Amino acid sequence: MATTEFAVHGAEPGAVREPVVNDFSIQVATVNGSGSQSANTVLLRTIFQMGIPVSGKNMFPSNIAGLPTWYTIRASKKGYIARKKEIDFLVAMNPETAREDTMSLASGAAVLYDEPLKLNELRSDVTFYAVPYDKICAAVCSESKLRKLVKNMIYVGVMAQLLRLDMAEVEKALRKQFAKKVKAADLNWNAAKAGYDYAASSLTKADPFTVERMDKTAGMIIIDGNAAAALGCMFAGVTVVTWYPITPSSSLVETLIDYMKEYRVGDDGKATFAIVQAEDELAAIGMVLGAGWAGARSMTATAGPGISLMAEFAGLGYYVEIPGVIWDIQRVGPSTGLPTRTAQGDIEFVAKLSHGDTRHPMLLPCSVAECFSMASDAFDLTEQLQTPVFVMSDLDLGMNNWMSEPFQYPDKPQNRGKVLTAEELQRAGGFARYKDVDGDGIGYRTLPGTDHPQAAWFARGSGHNETSGYSERPDDYANNMDRLAHKFETARTLVPKPEMVRNDGNEVGIIAYGTSHHAVVETLDQLQGEYGVKADYLRLRAYPFTSETHDFVAAHKRIYMIDQNRDAQMLQLLKLDIAIEEIGKLRSVRHYNGLPIDARSITDDIITQEGK
Amino acid sequence: MATTAAPQPKTNRIGLTVLDYRGGKTTLCAGCGHNAISERIIDAFYEMGIAPERVVKMSGIGCSSKSPAYFMGRSHSFNSVHGRMPSVTTGAVLANAKIIALGVSGDGDTASIGIGQFMHLMRRNLPMIYIIEDNGVYGLTKGQFSATADLGSKLKTGVINDLPPIDTCALAIMLGATFVGRSFSGDKRQLHTMLKAALAHRGTVMLDVISPCTTFNDHEGSTKSYKFVKDHEEPLHDLNFVPHFNEIDVDYDPGTCLNVTMHDGSSLHLRKLEEDYDPTNKTEAVKRVMQAHDAEEVLTGVLYLNTTAPNFIDMINMTDQPLATLPESVTRPSRAVLDECMEALR
Ligand SMILES: Cc1ncc(C[n+]2csc(CCOP(=O)(O)OP(=O)(O)O)c2C)c(N)n1
Ligand code: SF4
Ligand SMILES: [Mg+2]
Repeated sequence: MATTEFAVHGAEPGAVREPVVNDFSIQVATVNGSGSQSANTVLLRTIFQMGIPVSGKNMFPSNIAGLPTWYTIRASKKGYIARKKEIDFLVAMNPETAREDTMSLASGAAVLYDEPLKLNELRSDVTFYAVPYDKICAAVCSESKLRKLVKNMIYVGVMAQLLRLDMAEVEKALRKQFAKKVKAADLNWNAAKAGYDYAASSLTKADPFTVERMDKTAGMIIIDGNAAAALGCMFAGVTVVTWYPITPSSSLVETLIDYMKEYRVGDDGKATFAIVQAEDELAAIGMVLGAGWAGARSMTATAGPGISLMAEFAGLGYYVEIPGVIWDIQRVGPSTGLPTRTAQGDIEFVAKLSHGDTRHPMLLPCSVAECFSMASDAFDLTEQLQTPVFVMSDLDLGMNNWMSEPFQYPDKPQNRGKVLTAEELQRAGGFARYKDVDGDGIGYRTLPGTDHPQAAWFARGSGHNETSGYSERPDDYANNMDRLAHKFETARTLVPKPEMVRNDGNEVGIIAYGTSHHAVVETLDQLQGEYGVKADYLRLRAYPFTSETHDFVAAHKRIYMIDQNRDAQMLQLLKLDIAIEEIGKLRSVRHYNGLPIDARSITDDIITQEGK
Repeated sequence: MATTAAPQPKTNRIGLTVLDYRGGKTTLCAGCGHNAISERIIDAFYEMGIAPERVVKMSGIGCSSKSPAYFMGRSHSFNSVHGRMPSVTTGAVLANAKIIALGVSGDGDTASIGIGQFMHLMRRNLPMIYIIEDNGVYGLTKGQFSATADLGSKLKTGVINDLPPIDTCALAIMLGATFVGRSFSGDKRQLHTMLKAALAHRGTVMLDVISPCTTFNDHEGSTKSYKFVKDHEEPLHDLNFVPHFNEIDVDYDPGTCLNVTMHDGSSLHLRKLEEDYDPTNKTEAVKRVMQAHDAEEVLTGVLYLNTTAPNFIDMINMTDQPLATLPESVTRPSRAVLDECMEALR
């Protein structure tokens, strides 16, 4: 089938099963549009409320209703929140995929299924629990059209009983989910209770998976990356937002609209921002650049297809030297190319987006907390460097729920970059827009509307001299190109530095970025625990690469770069940046099937390449 | 003692001379209609006493789009990418709604590659003046047909255009622009008056100005040549514009005049040539433009005017201070707000 892979580790049939506490994955297989999202969130939140580290991932089709959808929940006492490759507990709600889903489980797994599907006839090495959903539904819900929705909450109740979840926590999570919709909450709570009662009276626990209270989530929040980015942008002081809807970026702006209406409208009822749904991404980035040129903190959010359309303007932004933040919530391929599946597929394209020589800084958030904090970083950097800055999130980060420590209030004041006021201009007696006065490659700019006869400069492409006058002179062109290259060197010193886990003497270094981080953390433990391989780890947080990355490469014999794309895109960029003698050290681990990356796949790949 | 003072150069109401509105030396062909339009822009902004520092000159790509370099050198300017000046202007006006945006485009820049952004600009009624310097060809790429070239018009190479033209005025009226006019680069008085009135309007002003390309499209057989327009022009009105700061009282026969009060309190007098023409009637305006096509005439004048429709900035309901310069205390919510947001996510 499409979304789960054959698990590798199975229990011996008939072996005595040790209880498995707080360390398993649940997969709920449903149909898109069946309303299972609320039920899954309640399940996730309940485990979270009981203090166990948990993560949830939605694998959904590009479709509004009727196609298979899988939601996986992973509980991990060790705090691993990457996707787990193996499924331990299947909740088979979709008749269409139920057989294949069941067949792909490792032996020792458990399956909850709708009685008429008779999945128990398929195999004898997994534990089966049959639930007569229709009968239970009919008892708790008199309105037949609501039964389909309520059905989902029944499996929540059954699972709660089988996993030993606290029903008080289930109720709390459920009431939070339905917030003010009391009637819906009551109906769903009754269904959950009915499921629980059925399990208690009719099912015998035969699988080893249970939940016990821990205290690992106290004070934490649950949020998706797009909402975190929206919050981050609001606190970064964004003023102009433009967008064109595209999965998986739409929810970033939609959430931002909600937050801004709530918190960025003055007492006089007037907005301190403008949000415009543009006619396409060509216009969205045009507006961002126009607003950035005129001095606003402007941004757009998009995904690969939109990035493709933005290419020409991105180059203009680079050459005119205009700030603007572009969020790329990466997904796979063009057109109908699995728009609802995750990838880190735009890295190389964005790094050099546009024709001619261009380079763009990219920030690489790995967590919801970084989606929040890097919003401020991005706005500061873009105004400081006077160049478009891209924030490379992905569908896994953007659209899935992640637990997190609460976000830190931005600790630095906004950095608005080198902008001359009329008074400063008067004192300086004029300025040359593209002159490298400070030796960092960054010129001074004035904003349109600056009330001084010498404030104006002419924004145009690459054909200009230091004073922004039109020029086709070879020396003007070459000098400008060299200054821009120098400015990119300045960017190297300003972008967020990588995070590292290093020990002396390790030969193997792993480099990863973005959502791969959570799998790599687990891989490091697997490498050491299962194979005795000690590896160091560097997590990139930005492009251009900083000196720490060069040092890291130099200090190791073998470097594994983890990319969630086919063509080892970050590795290709790194190759261009390091000494030729070092290139031979680079090895690649790539993951590109549309699913979030998992630790086991990385570990296996590294171990094979290590010849173990 | 000498009593004769040196003659003072003439100044406008903010004390600037017309020289303060000049730009760089033009590099367009001698006789290019675009140059004449630049002159009219200079005169209108000077006479209206608009501070050049408050103006942004926006353009796409083409000979026409190069022209902002040749007027008002004290204004910020943005030569953007082909066909996409509307979006850049939209962003700039959102960032600072106090600036006066003047866009200069070509017929290729607008009616082909830029038709999408053009339409959505009109639809938003963004406060700006959008001028199409319309010569029916791509000047800068050396004389290919544009989408405003008339059916049957002939290129220098003898190629005949067999596709119907897009009428940018008709489109603008239908889509929501609130001041739509057509003029001719050679008609000094009409264009001058129209530009001054445009400066008093707060919404999208769309002016299609026929502007012959002397190099590629000013010959027998071209419907955008000096000769053709002179022979086929049918002015709709006699225009007279009285800025609100100007005390001159103009005495018009009330029976033949329509006075329109502009946003800043000034008034545009439209001397009616026909009894039944009303520039505030959208349907009638489109009808007249279409009829002129049938009659092979170029209908000039203010074709459509609506001074009551809300513009894009009104609709967004932004705070009065430009977004660009809002202080951090306004754009970054407090710590308490973050705490509140975090609490809701627990
Ligand atoms: C994306 C893109 N495609 C093509 C061009 C080449 N190009 C430059 S100007 C132009 C046509 C300009 O015609 P018009 O807007 O009518 O201006 P004119 O020169 O006639 O005033 C074209 C096609 C370009 N600059 N950018
Ligand atoms: S080619 Fe035509 S449009 Fe371009 S400058 Fe010359 S006359 Fe004007
Ligand atoms: Mg043209």
